[in-house]
Amino acid sequence: MSATREPITRFEGPAVAIARDNIDTDQIIPARFLKTTTRAGLGANLFADWRRDAEGTPRAGFILNRPEAAGARVLVAGWNFGCGSSREHAPWALVDFGFRAILAGSFADIFRQNALKNGLLPIALPADIHGPLVAHVAIRPGAVVGVDLVRRTVRLPDGREAAFEVDAFARECLLAGVDEIGYVLAQEAAIARFEAMR
Amino acid sequence: MRTIIDKIWDAHVVSAPPGAPSLLYIDLHLVHEVTSPQAFDGLRARKIRVRRPDRTVATVDHSIPTTPRHLPIADAVAARQVAQLEANCREFGIPCAGRGQPDQGIVHVIGPERGLTQPGLTIVCGDSHTATHGAFGALAFGIGTSEVEMVLASQCLLQHRPKTLRITVAGRLGPGVSAKDLALAIIATIGVGGGTGHVIEYAGGAVRALSMEQRMTLCNMSIEAGARAGLVEPDDTTFEYLAGRPAAPAGEAWDAAVRRWRALATDDGARFDRQVALDGAALSPMITFGTNPGMAIPIDAVVPAPSSAAAPADRQALERALDYMGLEAGRPLLGTPVDVVFIGSCTNGRTSDLRDAAAIFRGRRVAAGVRAMVVPGSALVKREAEAEGLDQVFLAAGAEWREPGCSMCIAMNGDQLRPGQRAVSTSNRNFEGRQGPGGRTFLASPATAAAAAVTGAVSDPRRLS
Repeated sequence: MSATREPITRFEGPAVAIARDNIDTDQIIPARFLKTTTRAGLGANLFADWRRDAEGTPRAGFILNRPEAAGARVLVAGWNFGCGSSREHAPWALVDFGFRAILAGSFADIFRQNALKNGLLPIALPADIHGPLVAHVAIRPGAVVGVDLVRRTVRLPDGREAAFEVDAFARECLLAGVDEIGYVLAQEAAIARFEAMR
Repeated sequence: MRTIIDKIWDAHVVSAPPGAPSLLYIDLHLVHEVTSPQAFDGLRARKIRVRRPDRTVATVDHSIPTTPRHLPIADAVAARQVAQLEANCREFGIPCAGRGQPDQGIVHVIGPERGLTQPGLTIVCGDSHTATHGAFGALAFGIGTSEVEMVLASQCLLQHRPKTLRITVAGRLGPGVSAKDLALAIIATIGVGGGTGHVIEYAGGAVRALSMEQRMTLCNMSIEAGARAGLVEPDDTTFEYLAGRPAAPAGEAWDAAVRRWRALATDDGARFDRQVALDGAALSPMITFGTNPGMAIPIDAVVPAPSSAAAPADRQALERALDYMGLEAGRPLLGTPVDVVFIGSCTNGRTSDLRDAAAIFRGRRVAAGVRAMVVPGSALVKREAEAEGLDQVFLAAGAEWREPGCSMCIAMNGDQLRPGQRAVSTSNRNFEGRQGPGGRTFLASPATAAAAAVTGAVSDPRRLS
């Protein structure tokens, strides 16, 4: 497998929390911003309707409008993050804003796939780690969280480490910077054989 | 002994290396303007062609206005996106049903009506409601744009074998209870994340008794329970619907296809990872009161109290939802005033849905102050409805009869709610702002939506029919 993307191994950075379950992709990036034909610039409208009111005025209470969110690299959220629409604009917007990992209780299937394909780590934490982490980061936005994809661990703000599960193939691709489409195209002979057999 | 899901999966595995996802062959790839432009750019960057343009079909649906077709697209950004799809399809040799074409429509409406959607196929589209095609006993699911690029490039996807969930609905749905009500009842039962990681097989007498269009409504909503795909095993209802459709097999090929399709049914004794059972006869028309499709109740029930939720997070979610929706716990939804009614979408925009709505509108008027929009799911649905005179029923009642597209389901095209407006909608998502920033959506069946239009408030359609 050839490496064509920036490999992802470990990083750390400030975390912010949106302590809600079932955050859907319509909240992450509302549909009216999907008329773009590129991937670029979607971070400006990440969580647009939670960040700004109908007149476009920033809502002061929302976490992404607070100074602690500047430079945030980890988003901590509730269960079933990314449910709803299949729009890959959701991970594009999160990455464009600066996030590199989402730490949640669980993820919707399509969002998880889309995130992995964009180097955004969807990390589902066990309930006993997840609950206290959401509570901690909600009170202390900007708390530093570390992610180590090599060892499959996160370092929590209190210094403890917690293990997480990640799809082995996706991890290998991220660590080595493998382009999955290139990997599939290299199987052309097998695809052609399959087509000829049917 | 295998489930229908296993059978379709096994027949499409190109390779299954240990420790890696399988390479799954895709029979049909549906493409639309919103989730494809970046994928086509990827092909150009790689200097490769679409591997199987003959297995790829495109149309425009999400961004296009539903105003008369001779008018240009007023939104320049949307116009550019639509033009981009048409240019990409020309460049890569993909058939495209463009705006104003006789075969244009919502991507999940045109596949079935042309006979492209067939039992046993793997079908993908950059849209989460691709599950709709499962109504035919196909394995159909939504994908992201990177995966759209992968399928365009290779006609394959990297996938792990999904877990299986059988939902068995016994009995028969009562009068005035539709597939939409069943879908909402299922989501309310298993939750918006209840199907995550699974493909659903819908089974049981109540499902068998559904028409093809009702099965499409049921499968369409699978993603709202978290399942990427949901399907119904093919039977005579399926074959009757498919026979004679333009892309369906004919002659001897038809007979051979039906034999093959019959063999797809789940074997007796096949194991599912999970099973859920519901009594179809016990269901009422359903309506959502909150901000996800799982927040649904029987139409004559009261709005649940947040204090009734066991978990603190659920309590907060309910409080937030009621605050957003402007509703009070413990009070009935019946009688809640409505500003807008939207009838359409890939969930409920087919001819039989419009018939259900017309049965309520016939001889009645849209209530004063209510805007009622009827948007056919495709150009063919529009022609069929007009041939039956349904358009005249809607227009005589004071409803709008518009051109086909996704319209106010996703509110990308200018059809949208104003902040604070309440809409009873036959679409699939009631998320905050889904139908316009600040808009409040109540999901329901076409009959319930029509009943709201003529009474000006949330109403039980069984009292009007």
